[in-house]
Parts: sequence; C-alpha cells; structure tokens
Amino acid sequence: MINNLKNSRPMQFGLLILVFLFFYFIIPHSENNYLWRFPPLFKGFPLFINNLIYNALYEWFPLKVWDPVFEMYEDKPIFREVTRAISRGVLFLIVFIREIFLGGAQTIGVFVDGSWMSANKWFTWPALPWTVVVAGFMLIGMQLQGIRLALLAGIGAFYLSFFGQWQPSMQTLSFVLITAPICFIFGLSLGIWGYLNNKVENALQPILNIAQTMPHFSFLVPVMILFGIGDHAGAIATIIFATPPMVRLTILGLKKISPEVVESGLMSGCNKFQLLFKVLIPTARTDILIGVNQVIMQCLAMTVIASFIGAKGLGFNLKLALNSLKIGKAAEIGICIVIIAVVLDKFSLAWANKQKNYFANLNFFQRNKNLIYFVVILIIGSVFAYLGSLYFNNINYLYLIPYEKGFSISPLIDSAVDWVWETFFYYLNSFNIFLITNVLVPMKNAYLGMPVISTFILVMGVGYIIGGIRSAVIVGLLILFIALSEYWDRALITAYMATFAVLISAVIGLVVGSICAQNSKSTKFMLFICDFFQTFPSFVYLIPVILLFGITDTSVLLAAIVYATIPATRYTIEGLRSVPLSLHEAGSMSGVSRLQRWTNIEIPLAFPHIMLGINQTVIFSLFMVILGALIGTEDLGQVIMGALSRSDGAGVALTLGIFVSFMCLAVDHLIRTWADRQKKLLGIE
Amino acid sequence: MKVRNSIVGLIATLVIALSSFANIAKAASSDPIRIPVLNWSSQVVMANVIAQVYEELGYNVELVPAESASRYEAVRVGDLHLAHETWQSTMAKPMYEAMDKGGLIDAGSHAAPTLEDMGVPNWVIEQDLCPGLPAWEALKDCSANFATADSEGKGRWLEGPQEWHGDVMPNRLKGLGLDDKWTVKFAGSADALWAELAAAKKEGRGTVIFNWTPNFTDAEGFTFIKFPTFYQGCRIEDGGSVETTGCGSPIGWLKKAANIKFPLTHPSAYKFLTKMEATAGQIGEMANNVDNLGMTHADAATAFITNNRSAVDQWLK
Repeated sequence: MINNLKNSRPMQFGLLILVFLFFYFIIPHSENNYLWRFPPLFKGFPLFINNLIYNALYEWFPLKVWDPVFEMYEDKPIFREVTRAISRGVLFLIVFIREIFLGGAQTIGVFVDGSWMSANKWFTWPALPWTVVVAGFMLIGMQLQGIRLALLAGIGAFYLSFFGQWQPSMQTLSFVLITAPICFIFGLSLGIWGYLNNKVENALQPILNIAQTMPHFSFLVPVMILFGIGDHAGAIATIIFATPPMVRLTILGLKKISPEVVESGLMSGCNKFQLLFKVLIPTARTDILIGVNQVIMQCLAMTVIASFIGAKGLGFNLKLALNSLKIGKAAEIGICIVIIAVVLDKFSLAWANKQKNYFANLNFFQRNKNLIYFVVILIIGSVFAYLGSLYFNNINYLYLIPYEKGFSISPLIDSAVDWVWETFFYYLNSFNIFLITNVLVPMKNAYLGMPVISTFILVMGVGYIIGGIRSAVIVGLLILFIALSEYWDRALITAYMATFAVLISAVIGLVVGSICAQNSKSTKFMLFICDFFQTFPSFVYLIPVILLFGITDTSVLLAAIVYATIPATRYTIEGLRSVPLSLHEAGSMSGVSRLQRWTNIEIPLAFPHIMLGINQTVIFSLFMVILGALIGTEDLGQVIMGALSRSDGAGVALTLGIFVSFMCLAVDHLIRTWADRQKKLLGIE
Repeated sequence: MKVRNSIVGLIATLVIALSSFANIAKAASSDPIRIPVLNWSSQVVMANVIAQVYEELGYNVELVPAESASRYEAVRVGDLHLAHETWQSTMAKPMYEAMDKGGLIDAGSHAAPTLEDMGVPNWVIEQDLCPGLPAWEALKDCSANFATADSEGKGRWLEGPQEWHGDVMPNRLKGLGLDDKWTVKFAGSADALWAELAAAKKEGRGTVIFNWTPNFTDAEGFTFIKFPTFYQGCRIEDGGSVETTGCGSPIGWLKKAANIKFPLTHPSAYKFLTKMEATAGQIGEMANNVDNLGMTHADAATAFITNNRSAVDQWLK
C-alpha cells in the first residue's frame, strides 16, 4: 500500500484531497478559531510602506531651497528633488518628440526666456502636415524593407488621420517613441549584466517576477506620488511594466549561444566590447527581437492605464469615450492603438533583420535617396498645407485634421453592438442567470467556506507532490504572507474568479490552438489574432460585456476569459508546431489515426510548452480579474482601485499588488517545477 | 561608430540635465497652468472653458488627464494648479485630507446645488414598477421587481464604487429596516452605472441606482427617492445611531480648490477661479453640448463661452 502510494501520482492526489476535505468539513467557522482564519498579524504592513514613501518624499534629508513665490527658504527633501528631476527629464523628451509632430513652443520655451516668449506669441514650432508624416512613414517602410511594409505603414498612418485621431495618435506615438527605447536600453543592459554576472541574475529574478506579475493598477499610486502627475508618470509606470520581458529574453538569448560562437569571436581577436556587440548580441538576435516585440506591445497595452495618471493621447480619449458608452468611438480609437503597435513592431523587426551591404558601391544620391525624397515631400506638403490654409475656411484638412473632425464608422459599430444585444439578449440573460445561480455563487461560497488550514494543506500538498519539500515550503510561505493580512477573504474571491477564468481559457486555448496548428496558414492567422487582442485595449470590451451581462461576476469573467485565452492559444500553437515532423511520420508509419497522433504524440510532447502558456494564462486572467474592479467586484481589485482615493493608498495598493503577484508566483512555481520534470522525463532538455 | 554613439549619449544627458535646471530656474509665472481633466463630460468641458478663458488672459495652459480622488494630492504638492469640480459627497474627503497635510486651499463654491443619492430612471415610475415612488416607504413592497441573478431574491441597489461613500448605503438600508428585502451592490466605476442604466432600460427591468444632479442623465429623466431628511450627525459615520442613519443625502456644494501658491503666481487666473459660479443650468449645458449635441469637448467649451459671454465677463471682473 505504502509502496503503491509512493509511485502513483493519482493516488497521492487522491489522498491529498481526502485530507483536504476532512479538514474542510471538520473546522468550525468561527472568527476566533485560528485554523479557520489566521489572525491579521501583518495588518500594519501597508501603513508601514506608506510611511516609508511619505517620509522619503517629505521628511528625510531636507535641502533648503529658495522659493521665489513666497520669498523664503523651503525644506525640500533630496529624494523628492531627484524623482522630480527625473520626471522633468522624461517629460522634456516626450514633449520634444511630440512637438516635432504636432508643433508647439514648450521645447523652445525651455531655452528661451519666458517673458520674451509670452510677448512673442507667434514664435512657435510648426507641426508637420499629416500628409508629410504619412509619406515619411511610407519612406521608412521602403527604406527598411520594401513596398509591402511601406504600404502597411502608409495605410495605417492614413487611417489615423482619416478617422480624426491624428492629434491623440501623435501624442501616444511620441509617448511610445520615448518609453519603448528606454525599456529596450534598460532591458538590454540589465540583461547583459545579468548574463555576465550570476549574482546579478539571481538578484534580478525575484524583482522581475514581481514586476511582471503585479497588476498595473497597484503601482499607479506610488508612481504618481513619487513622480507627480503627467505624461512622465505614465511613462515611468509603463517602463516598470514593459522592461521585465526584455531583460528576461536578453538573458535567455545570450545563454543559448553555443560556446563555439564565443570561441570563434575570440579567435578573430575581439576585445570584450566587440565580442558583446559584434558577436553575442547579433547571435542572440531572435530572442532579443521577441523582447522588442513584447516591449512595444506592453507599452501600447499600457496607454489606457497610463492615462489614469496623466498620459495624454489615445488612451485618455478611449477612457472618455467608454465613460459615455460610445462603444463605436472607443473601438475606433482601440484600432488606432493596434495600428501604431503593428507598424512599430514591423519597423523594429525589419530594422533588425536588415543586412548591411558592405560591397554596394553607391553614390550620394543612391545612399540617401529616401532622405532626399522626404525633404522634397516636406517642402511640397508644407506648400500644400499653406495653400490649404487659404482655401479652407475653418479646418485646414491639408495641415492637421483636428480631433474627431474626420470620418467615422462608429454609428455602424454601435448599431452592430445594438443588433447583437437585441438579438441575443434574452438567451444571454437566461444563460447568465443559470450560470450565476448554479455555478458561480456555489463556487464562490465553496471558496469562502474554506478554512485557512485546509487551503494550506491543499496548496502545500500539491507543492510536495510535484516538487518535494522545497516546493511545499516556497508555496506555503508565499500564501502565508496573504493569510496573515486582513484581506484573506478578498484574496479567496480573487482566487475563485481566476480559477474559473483559467479553466475555461485553457480549454478554449487548447482546442482552438490545436485546430489552428494543423496548417501554417491558419497558424499565421491565429497568431495575428493573438497579437491583435493583446494590444487592443482590454478596456474596450469591459463595456459591451456589462451591457450584456450586467454588473455581475459573469461580466468580469467573460472579459478575463477573452484576454486570458490569448496566451493559452499562442503557446499551444507554438508547442504543437515545434513537434518534429519526423515524429509525425514515425507515428503515421506505426498506423496511428490523426486523432491518436494528436492525443498520444503531439499533445504529450508539446505539453511542457503548453503548460508555460497556462502559466501566462494565470497571470493574464488575474490581471483582468483585478481590472474587473471597474465593473464591480468584491475582491482584492476593489481595494486596489479604491486605493487611488485613499490617503494611505500607496501602501495599500503596493501591498495588495504584492499579494496578487505572490498568487501568480505560487502557481508559476508549481507549473514550472512540474514542466521541468516532465521535460526531463520526455528527454526534451 | 562607437565614438558617435557616445557623443550622442553625452549630448542627450546634457540636454536632460540642462532642461531640468532650466525648468527649476525659470520663473514660476511662465509655467503653464495645469488643469486636471477627468472622465465625465461636464468636468472636461469646464476644464476647457477655464483653459480658454485663461488663454484669453494670456496664460499658457495645459490639460492633464487625472483621476478624480488622487488629483487633490497632486494639487497640494503643486503638480496641478487647481481642481474645479469637487462634489461634496464623493470628493470632500480626499480634498480635506489634502488640506490637512497643507498646501491646498478652498477657492469657493459654484452656484449649483448638488444632490447625490439613490434614485430611479423616470420610466421605472411610468411603468409603475414600484407604486408610490419617490417616497422611500414604497420600497417596502416592490423589491421583487428589482431583483437580479446574484442578489439572492432581494431587490438590488446599485451604489457607486465603495471608495465613494464607504458603507453609507448598506447602513441606510439597515436604518430604514429594508435590509431583509434589499441589498447593496457596489459598481466599479461611473461607466458601470451608466451601462446599467442603459441595460435596464433596454430590458425593461427595474433598477435603483446611485446618481447625481446636475448630470447628463437629467435630460433622459431621473427621479431621486425621497428619504428621511438629512441633518448633521444623522449617519452612523458622523456619530448617529441605527435609528437615525436612514436619512437621505444633504443638498451639497460643488467646490473649487487650488494650490496655495496659485494666487501669487497667477493672480488674475485665481481671481477668475474664485468668482466662477456656474449654475446647475450652465453645468447641464456643458454636459449637454457633448453628450446630446455631439460636439467635441473643446468646441463645447467655445460654444458655452459664446453663449454665456456676460456671465463669463462677470466672473472675470
């Protein structure tokens, strides 16, 4: 019997569940029973963090600074002066790029005396006419790859202008043109440092883990308090969020390089820098490129959230449109964000893949023809813009098309949404009632009725079975931190919603991914859809979902499922496509049917990779469940969102963000340990 | 190549450093006036109105996207210069907390009286889903018409986000003895409230939701429920008891706030801010220009100024 138990996983899990259920039913539900709920020993933790931030900002190391307004010396803590200097630097850069596109006088105003500027109002930098920018986009596409990219970029930029979103689009673009390179440089240098130095890598790992799994909302308040409100704060929040994948992929890419490559570099007489920049980084290019792709996607995915703390542009307008239930308008703006993401992504990809031709013998004109074209177009465009100002009375359509003065298909989208609503409302409503009364409410009550001790038995038991005593302790400690706070019940509600969303997303992802992985065309198409939904701001479908399902958990879960299915699908496809063809052949020769091949060969081989996708699904669905606080939930998200208006908000938001992050990390640890072991068994690594 | 890169890097660093110092050294008066824009129409239009008037006065203005409650902290430390729509029942707390810490001043109230309370859209009354409304006693007998799937058979009150008023509404239900028939659900955001309003209308289902006036919903018709009269200290939060906490909401103010340095750095702008006393009708007009006439926020502000020139001139005097 004991021996049997040692070897059989299913029996171990069975026993675990029996113990779990035993405690579940035997522990009395009473607040004084420590086996039912732990005492909130860490209650003071949020306040502690909060005081730390406030003391750093307002108390420690004050400098005497002359205040010209009150004409007296004011105490300004040095830390705050440093953060504000960073803010001003970032803001200067963003405004500088923004004024290249849209014109203005702020950049010049920094260098020129203020009173002279206000006396000479005419002295402003003119905007680039939109026609010139569209042409510029096309020329960049031409230069980097060819006519196809040029057309894509041109049509994309044209859409932005045509639909009257030019101004906010350029604001967002300037925002991304600053944040994405900063993320890239930070990520690359941290990644290289981590690659060169093991200690650094070990120190980086937990920081990256937490930064990547913390819900975005939880660091909005601290960032706002530290850096002030405005584009710069949005940019800094975006950088925190978008840099970790870059670091991670850089380390991954550099580690994969085979020693032969390094040797050959050394043999050719590279010094350290040459080895790094001419050999290692070019070799690791594919992974670094995926990093760049992720950075761009994340930067644009953050635009709406960044607008909560002052980022201008598409994100803010989208929030505004949704607030007045203009779904069509919001969708139009959402598409603009996707366009910018796709074009920038393709540009960066083409730029990195461009091979330098060392042997071409070109004259000055051939080398710089696109630049010359651009100058010519700039002159022509400016002349037309000037003529336009004479011809058009009100709006100069050849210079800048103002916000919302373009073409719009939003009535069409609105009526489509209305049609869906009219047609399916009653079916959806009865489905909703069924789901809530028969599945969601019982499930929620079951989670809330779980004594804390049985939660620990279950979680640590799973850890023990999968990864031994070490895993059990790690997972237990992560959860203990939450259990000792006063937010345990809310964490259970978050866990219930996340579990439900993950289950459904995983099933959908697995099925859809498997079907699409059958041939390369559908694979490509599906991956594009995944990219689309990853950058399409998730806020947009919060509202249709509320309209259909009301302010209920169903709405939150539906939004979470839409979003969390993306990684499940993507990783399934990638996993299945990476199964070697020779194995397919071998299977076919042994006479398996298509279905058997799928269940017995492809799925088991791809499973470790798919599990990493499930891992991402957990993170994504937790993000959306937290974001669901905008619809109305009673979980951790509600408190994180509410922290925006609390005086001790920074501490509360950060602490709860760490809770969510720890939940992710616990699951992440279990899945990774399991996948690693499975890979070893299969002999993949 | 390497040399060029490092030169570019050096220049970039210099520019950043220079711009920071340049900004510090610059006289505060040429600083643009930073006005927060939030996510509801009348607020955004009013921000644009103030911005356009300030530009007339010769100031530089910058509109900064912000978030309702956290903007007071930003005003307090000087990241923003003013906050122009402060609703008593939802925003008084963060405003006075910022004032406690020092740096934020009260710049007077608008003329519009405000009311923020539970109510029903007019068609709920027209369809007689709860006979006897708007008197609160009517709620005793009609809760079944307001039940939803997750309300366990009780009628549902849809309250704003919990951070707006904490437990005032659940307590009110207890105080009125309605808590066995009604339950409170907190919506996540104002968007969720309007979405519920639209969905309930389409479905023809009764709904009791939190709303305020002046608001864009006034145009469609919204009736506030008449609860027992409010008096200072009737709520449990303010020292009342369960018996008295059933009281309704007070007629509230709509305030403006500013940074403490604003009157010195931008005197005529501050004067305008304190004298600006928008009436309920004017705030309704601002919202209406956008929500029903479909103007952009900037156009709506221009139209408002043209339409109310004499009032604006009074505020400027």
